[in-house]
Amino acid sequence: MAINKIYPDAKTALAGLLHDGMTIMSGGFGLCSVPQALIDAILESGVKNLTLISNNAGVDDAGLGVLLQTRQIKKMISSYVGENATFAKQYLAGELEIEFNPQGTLAERIRAGGAGIPAFFTPTGYGTIIAEGKETREFDGRHYVMERGLTADLTIIHAWKADTEGNLVYRKTARNFSPMMATASKMTVVQVEHLVEPGELDADAIITPGVFVKRIVKLNSIDKRIEQRTVRKRAA
Amino acid sequence: MPWTRDQMAARAALEIQDGFYVNLGIGIPTLVANHIPANISVQLHSENGMLGIGPFPYEGDEDADLINAGKQTVTQIPTTSFFDSAASFAMVRGGHLDITILGALQVAENGDLANWMIPGKMVKGMGGAMDMVAGIPRVVVIMEHTAKGEPKILKQCNLPLTGKGVVSLIITDLCVFEVNKDKSPGLTLTDLAPEVSVEQVRAQTEAAFDVRAGLS
Repeated sequence: MAINKIYPDAKTALAGLLHDGMTIMSGGFGLCSVPQALIDAILESGVKNLTLISNNAGVDDAGLGVLLQTRQIKKMISSYVGENATFAKQYLAGELEIEFNPQGTLAERIRAGGAGIPAFFTPTGYGTIIAEGKETREFDGRHYVMERGLTADLTIIHAWKADTEGNLVYRKTARNFSPMMATASKMTVVQVEHLVEPGELDADAIITPGVFVKRIVKLNSIDKRIEQRTVRKRAA
Repeated sequence: MPWTRDQMAARAALEIQDGFYVNLGIGIPTLVANHIPANISVQLHSENGMLGIGPFPYEGDEDADLINAGKQTVTQIPTTSFFDSAASFAMVRGGHLDITILGALQVAENGDLANWMIPGKMVKGMGGAMDMVAGIPRVVVIMEHTAKGEPKILKQCNLPLTGKGVVSLIITDLCVFEVNKDKSPGLTLTDLAPEVSVEQVRAQTEAAFDVRAGLS
């Protein structure tokens, strides 16, 4: 009998996992594929002094923005937070720490962390403030900055489909950071739109193998927000 | 007469060749897509994990799972592929894209670029810009020539850098400069907007520059 990875709701799925001062990775790009049900459960738990590793910080009332509003986040490791006014206000007032990472460096740090690689060299950021205090080396006449792999206590992500084993499929650009983040902690919790039995997913199409996924919540309702609705007119 | 944003974008589009894989930044660079000639085949890269960006969707067809790097709803086309952020930046950092076109706060005569931060004021973050300029061989900047009357093309940037010696070409509302960091001065004026003189450009540019023969 396999271990049951299925939990009835986000709160139950995070039970026993949350503590003050912990580090959490959260998938998503802008509001696309942010694990909102799991974020809301963290909000409700009241856990604080969190370090969040996530490409963005949401907007004021969605994504990780809700945890900024309640000041549960102490530090963010992100590449771009321009859509969140609360963030800018708290940061400029010295109430929030931020470690900006170039987006590719952030993705690679998470990928490396998940793959057991403690550090790597990249040309990104050489000669900028990002390289300050970091080891640099020259390879074949070019300068590189050493960046460390990243891991976390907990990863929360959103996927399109899961089977009960935890094999995951993402949809279109809703994949972004989630596959790497799933590998970079020992406790990955995923919220999914569809839950199916083993064998129902095409094994060739699985993006995240079940070994990386510990807990699964199937969402009852899905409210996907669009941050910038841009359309064109149909020809008459 | 200075170029409009659309005219600047059209000038930038001339840098794009058949078969190119292209990354466009947010703002004026996004307009470049409208000026890519129909008779060449170009794939646009979106850093959030998409190659082959289609036009905006028809009203009612928006898909929250299908956005570009500016978080705008887009569509897919027959050549589209989707991938994760690490693969997306492997394309960038591994030198697999041909050109990136992006905005700037300041550019220096040695090709240094500042476009992500104003200390104490702007705390948005660099997003993918540092990766783009470090990994993509040709970096084209599109920007207004000055900011509130202050030159943006400088001897040396005084804002935090995005990359050192990375810019290949600067397109402003007044003119175009080629950047060659191995020569001095590093800038060569190659194009002027209609009715804009070399003297006007000089008055609004802190950096020294050569003028291409035949341009006046």
